[in-house]
Amino acid sequence: MDTVPIARDDNPTDRTPAQSASSLRATALSAYGEPYLWGLGGALALGVLMIVGLLFLVFWNGIATFYPKPIAEIRLTDGATIIAGEPIRSELYRPAADERGRMSPEAQRAMDAADGHANRTLYRIGNYDLYNEDFSWVSDHTVASVAHPADYHFVERLEWGPLIGRIKTATLSGQSRSAADLDRAVLDQAHDRARARWARIRELERDGIGAINHELEAERLHVRKVALTDGEGSSEHRRATDELATRSVELQAQYQRLVGEANALKAENARNEIVFADVTGREIKVPLAGIVRMYPANALNVFQAIGVYLSRWWEFLSDEPREANTEGGVLPAIFGTFAMTLLLVVAVTPFGVITALYLREYAKQGRLVAAVRISVNNLAGVPSIVYGVFGLGFFAYLVGGSIDAWFFQERLPSPTFGTGGLLWSSLTLAILTVPVVIVASEEALAAVPLSVREGSLACGASKWQTIRRVVLPQAMPGIMTGVILAMARGAGEVAPLMLVGVVKLAPELPIDGIFPFLHLERSFMHLGFHIYDVGFQSRNSEAGKPMVFVTTLLLITLVASMNAFAIVVRNRLKKRFAGAQF
Amino acid sequence: MASVTELAKPTTRTVYHTKPGGHGAIIDVADFSLWYGKSQALFGLSLKIEKDLVTALIGPSGCGKSTLLRSLNRMNDLIEGVSVAGRVTFAGDDIYDRGLDVIALRKRMGMVFQKPNPFPMSIFENVIYPLRVDGVRDKAVLAETVERALRGAALWDEVKDRLHDNALGMSGGQQQRLCIARAIAGEPEVLLMDEPCSALDPLATARIEELIDELSGRYSIVIVTHNMQQASRVSDNTAFFYLGNLVEYGETEAIFTAPHDERTRSYITGRFG
Repeated sequence: MDTVPIARDDNPTDRTPAQSASSLRATALSAYGEPYLWGLGGALALGVLMIVGLLFLVFWNGIATFYPKPIAEIRLTDGATIIAGEPIRSELYRPAADERGRMSPEAQRAMDAADGHANRTLYRIGNYDLYNEDFSWVSDHTVASVAHPADYHFVERLEWGPLIGRIKTATLSGQSRSAADLDRAVLDQAHDRARARWARIRELERDGIGAINHELEAERLHVRKVALTDGEGSSEHRRATDELATRSVELQAQYQRLVGEANALKAENARNEIVFADVTGREIKVPLAGIVRMYPANALNVFQAIGVYLSRWWEFLSDEPREANTEGGVLPAIFGTFAMTLLLVVAVTPFGVITALYLREYAKQGRLVAAVRISVNNLAGVPSIVYGVFGLGFFAYLVGGSIDAWFFQERLPSPTFGTGGLLWSSLTLAILTVPVVIVASEEALAAVPLSVREGSLACGASKWQTIRRVVLPQAMPGIMTGVILAMARGAGEVAPLMLVGVVKLAPELPIDGIFPFLHLERSFMHLGFHIYDVGFQSRNSEAGKPMVFVTTLLLITLVASMNAFAIVVRNRLKKRFAGAQF
Repeated sequence: MASVTELAKPTTRTVYHTKPGGHGAIIDVADFSLWYGKSQALFGLSLKIEKDLVTALIGPSGCGKSTLLRSLNRMNDLIEGVSVAGRVTFAGDDIYDRGLDVIALRKRMGMVFQKPNPFPMSIFENVIYPLRVDGVRDKAVLAETVERALRGAALWDEVKDRLHDNALGMSGGQQQRLCIARAIAGEPEVLLMDEPCSALDPLATARIEELIDELSGRYSIVIVTHNMQQASRVSDNTAFFYLGNLVEYGETEAIFTAPHDERTRSYITGRFG
């Protein structure tokens, strides 16, 4: 190989060229490790890029989903078909041979130029009750004209998904008016009143009647309990039965009153409805109370559009899901995720810290402790679904079943704690994440210098006093780091939860106004499972897609903000121990 | 001059140069040996620590002076595999007796370490730590103790306005005096000091030495030091250790001016160490 001179002496005659070459050029490139360094840096950059890309994708799609889109009215080249809908996305596709045959010559040429591809657009056409589909593909070459008429409304309904059409007539308090002499403000007021009535009906049915049912059930369980403890036909049992009879008459009266009130509201709501006409003129009748939100999509100014956008976000964050979770809000899932993560932290912290304390401070360091430590570390590598199976078998069936047998005998055979629930989910995830806390806590404890411990012991503190007053406070930031990692892992975990308490739709929140307020035995909703359910388990995956992004964004935000909070707490602790040593 | 190899020969014979003066012994070490696992670190030491005087333990690294110091309040218990033989009595009690309460022993012997080791708490909390572990809650007592201990450690005037600041924000010398304040807050009888100035600059060292001077007479002080001048300045009695043996023990002046043993002479004149 040819050599390139690197450095020259002032007096080159002193050395032969071979000598200077060998002394200055001997080191091979591989010895410097630069190629590996570039490889490592490249790999890191790629990883960071992928993460940032993912976050950006989720963020952009999540943020954009709720912004109202215009409605296009499309006339196709066949002359007969017109459709109206929100354009969702466009893509290239490869038309079949017979479709090519129907194309105009220019379209055929364009397709040939594009290597056999043509463009098509997906429109959300809504009106599922008329068309039996929500979405429709339209190939660009079949489009004759596109218009954006201002009187098209996008209507979000409680049932059947969105509606896209024009207002034909509206019946307000029994009086029918045509769209032409319909005052928008009057319509909006009527709509607000109908929605208020609807909300009141929901409140009556769920809270009022729910409470009555709950009390009746409690009375019935009481009778059964008495029957189980004192025997059927005993005087206590007879008394309890009589009480139940009188109480149920009272409750029945209350129930009738609530139902009467609800029925009056429903009757009033029945006198308010709108008749829409779809793009072809077919009529759809919608009760005013069944409309969540409607807006003239093509006639919105920016502020109105932002108003719709914010109102959708508010609904998403504060309401319950509907339409098989593809619409409405995710409040129960937010709440469930939050409550579970909190309980997880409450369970995992003492468990992990006590274990680490024993392993590090008290246990005699030997083979047994080394074996325990290796086992703990390896626990982190067990597939999470295995923990789900363990949680179901151990917590739900064994522990929960025993609790039911001892304390909730009257409710059997329907399980109380003997099935998946919030408590068992939290404990299962606590076991899943406890290795993280143990490892981090052990390291934090080991990092507390011996000199400080000696200082405390020399003051006449016992070992426990030393640990409690000096070692633990100083190890706390490190322990917090472990808890934060555990929290982040636990909040994002889904697989084991599917076995131990997360459900698609939980009718009741784990916290409500009925004693004992926190219902640990109840199944709950979880954002992670919600993503899976909406994205992959719903009838209409296209409709669920935006919800997947929004829910993912929300989950990431929730986990990130919980972590941020914990990090702030940790840094405050850290500050206490940071100081110049000399 | 004796060669170093000659010096390395272990001996259990102690030269009592002069009888150490004092008000009677507070700690009596009798034929005390200590092993770290299988290796023996102390070989049958016998010496009496005089009450209310300053006793310096000197000798080259690894001679066992720190080990002896840490044996006095049983800090060596923390190290696994330590075994001892012989007797150490403190005010008449055998400190290696099974029935002895180590915690009570340590409360009667304050200790100051090589590196200042204040706790990551306020200055106030640091000083009252010995009282806190005793469960003292009386605010008047605590405040009074803080002032007394900090005055005792010549630190009060410097920190009286920032008692609730973090102790880790103090200078090294202040931290060490804080550790002394902490050690005397619990009213011990003995102060054990393990090279208390080795991590400090000369000015801070001078302050600590002054302080030791002030404290002597009130406390029996045992100080391990590498610094010959320091030993000669602050101590009443000096014990010279070599390879786990007590070579010579007596009044400081006599040890430094006219040592009997060749090894002592070599060490204090700086030939090895």
